[in-house]
Amino acid sequence: MTEPTTVGGGGPGIFGPPPRRREEGARGALIAFFSTLVFAGLALWAILSSDAWPRVQQQFFNPRHFTESFPTIARGFWLDIKMFLLAEVIILVLSLIIAMIRSLRGPAFFPLRALAVTFIDIIRGVPLILLILLLGFGVPALQLPGVPRSALFWGLTALIISYSAYTAEVYRAGIESVHESQRMSARSLGLTQGQALRYVIVPQAVRNVIPALLNGFVSLQKDVALVFVVGIREGVRAADIYAARTFNYTGYIAATLLFLAVSVPVARFTDWYTDRDRRRRQVMSS
Amino acid sequence: MRINKHWIVVVLVTAFIATACTSGSSTTTTEATTAAQTTTTAMSCTVENLNLVTPGTLTVATGEPAFPPWVGTVDGEGFDDPTSKLGFEAGLVYDIAEQLGFSDDQVVWTRVDFNEAIAPGPKDWDFNIQQYSITTDRQEVVDFSEPYYTTHQALVVYPDSPYAHVTSVEDLKDAILGAQVGTTSLDFIEQVIQPNTAPFVYDENVDLEAAMNAGQIDGLVVDLPTAYYVTAAQVDGSVIAGEFTTMSANPDNYGILFAKGNPLVTCVNQAIDTLKANGTLQQLEDTFLTQGGAIPEISG
Repeated sequence: MTEPTTVGGGGPGIFGPPPRRREEGARGALIAFFSTLVFAGLALWAILSSDAWPRVQQQFFNPRHFTESFPTIARGFWLDIKMFLLAEVIILVLSLIIAMIRSLRGPAFFPLRALAVTFIDIIRGVPLILLILLLGFGVPALQLPGVPRSALFWGLTALIISYSAYTAEVYRAGIESVHESQRMSARSLGLTQGQALRYVIVPQAVRNVIPALLNGFVSLQKDVALVFVVGIREGVRAADIYAARTFNYTGYIAATLLFLAVSVPVARFTDWYTDRDRRRRQVMSS
Repeated sequence: MRINKHWIVVVLVTAFIATACTSGSSTTTTEATTAAQTTTTAMSCTVENLNLVTPGTLTVATGEPAFPPWVGTVDGEGFDDPTSKLGFEAGLVYDIAEQLGFSDDQVVWTRVDFNEAIAPGPKDWDFNIQQYSITTDRQEVVDFSEPYYTTHQALVVYPDSPYAHVTSVEDLKDAILGAQVGTTSLDFIEQVIQPNTAPFVYDENVDLEAAMNAGQIDGLVVDLPTAYYVTAAQVDGSVIAGEFTTMSANPDNYGILFAKGNPLVTCVNQAIDTLKANGTLQQLEDTFLTQGGAIPEISG
C-alpha cells in the first residue's frame, strides 16, 4: 500500500492529522477546543443577530411542529431503512458479477465484456432520478403481462441498477489493484480463469475496496429517498407533505436528524475499519 | 483517548447550538406584523401608495406551468399564458389590478415553485396565486387574501374502473388513490375517505397522470375545476366519477398568498370585495369554472 503511515502509532484523529507526540496532543486538543468555541460562537452570533432569525426559527426549529411531524416522518424513514438494506444486499452481489464479467480475459468473452461496459456506461450516464421516473412510471405503463406494476418495486429496481453500475466499477478497481502475478500464478497452478477470479483475485480485491464500498453504503442510504418521485411516501416525502400542508419546514429538520442518526455512525465505522485494516497490514508487512 | 476529547468538544458545541436554537424569542415577529397591519389600514389604495416590489408595477407570481382552468381554458386556449386573461385566476388578477388602478401592461407575471413561495426571506413578487388553500397553520407563516373561490373535491377514474360508479366514500375504502402534495385533496383522502392503503403523493398533476397510466393508482382526487381539465386534456379517457359533497376539516377556500405582514393584502381584499359585490367574480366563475353537464355526487 502506498498510503502515508501515521507516526507514533494510533490512528489519525477524527478531524485532522495526528499530533506528533502525546504532550502536543493534549495542547492541540485545548487549542482545538477554544478555536472551535470561538468559531461556533461567531457563527451563532451572526445567525442569531440576523433580523430574519425569529422568522427562520419559527419556520425551521419549531418544537410543536417537530413533535407533530416526527411520527409520520419516522414511519417513512423506516421504509427508507428497509429499502436501503434490501437494495444494498442485491447491489453487492449484482455489481460483483458485473465486475467479474468485465474482468474476463480473452476474445471469446468479448460480447460479455462489451455488454458489461455498455451497461455501466449507459447507467452511469443517466441521472438516478430520471432512471427512477422512467422505470417507475414507464415500465408499468407498457402493461406487460406478469410484469409488476408497483412503483416501489420499480423505484427500488432503478436504485439497484444505478448503484450496481457504480459499485461494479469499485470492484473492478479492486480487481485491477491485485498484482498481475497473482493471476499468472493461479493460472499456472491449473486454475481456470473463473476459478482464478473466484478464489485468488476477488478475495484480495474486495478487501482492497471495502472502504470505497462502505462509502457507497452511506451514499445509498440517503439516495433511497429519491423514490418519492414516483409517489412512495418515505421519510423525505413525509417531511415534504408536512411542509406543504403547514408551510413549516421543521419536518425537514426532523428528517435530517433521522438520516444523520444512521449515516454518521456508518461513516465513523468506515473510518474505524479503514484504520484498523491499515494497521493490520502494517503489522503483517513488518 | 484524543478521539474522546474531540468528541466531548463536539457534543458540547452541538448541545450549545441546540439550546440556542430552541430558546430564542418568538414574539418579535408577531409584534412587528400587527404593527405593520395597524399602520396600513388607513392607507389609501392607489398605485403610488401601494407597497410594491417594483414601484408602479404589480408583480404577480404563479406556478409553472399554470394549468387550466385557472390559467387558460379547459379547451387549451391561452394555455400557461396568464397575459391572455383567459382562465379564472388570470382573469381575476387583471380585474383586481384594474380595481387598484393598474393598466394591463403594468401587470407583470413571474413564475415560482411551491417551496420558493413559502420559504422565509424577501420576495420578488407582490402576491402569489395558484390555488392556495387557506389554513391556520399556513397563516402563521404567510398572509392570505380573503377567499376568492370555494371548491369541492372530485374523483377522477377510468370508466372501466370498479370505482367509476361509487356513490359514497364508504365504497372507496379499498381504492388506491393519488393526490398532489400540498393540496387539500390529500387531506381530504386522509381525513374523509380514509382508505386502507395510504394515498400516493406526487409533486405535480402530470405525475398523477403517469401513475394512472401505469395502473399504480385506481383514481385521483383533485378539486372539481381541476378535474374538468384533467379529464379533458391530461389523462386520456378518464372521467369524473363524482363530486364529493362532504368538505374536509378545512373547507377548501382558495386565497391569494402574500409575504407575512405585507400591507398590500388590505387593498387586494377591498378589490375582491368589490368584485364580489358587483358580480364580476361570479361571472369569472361562470365563464371558466362551471362546465355543462351534471356531475354525480359522492356522499360522505
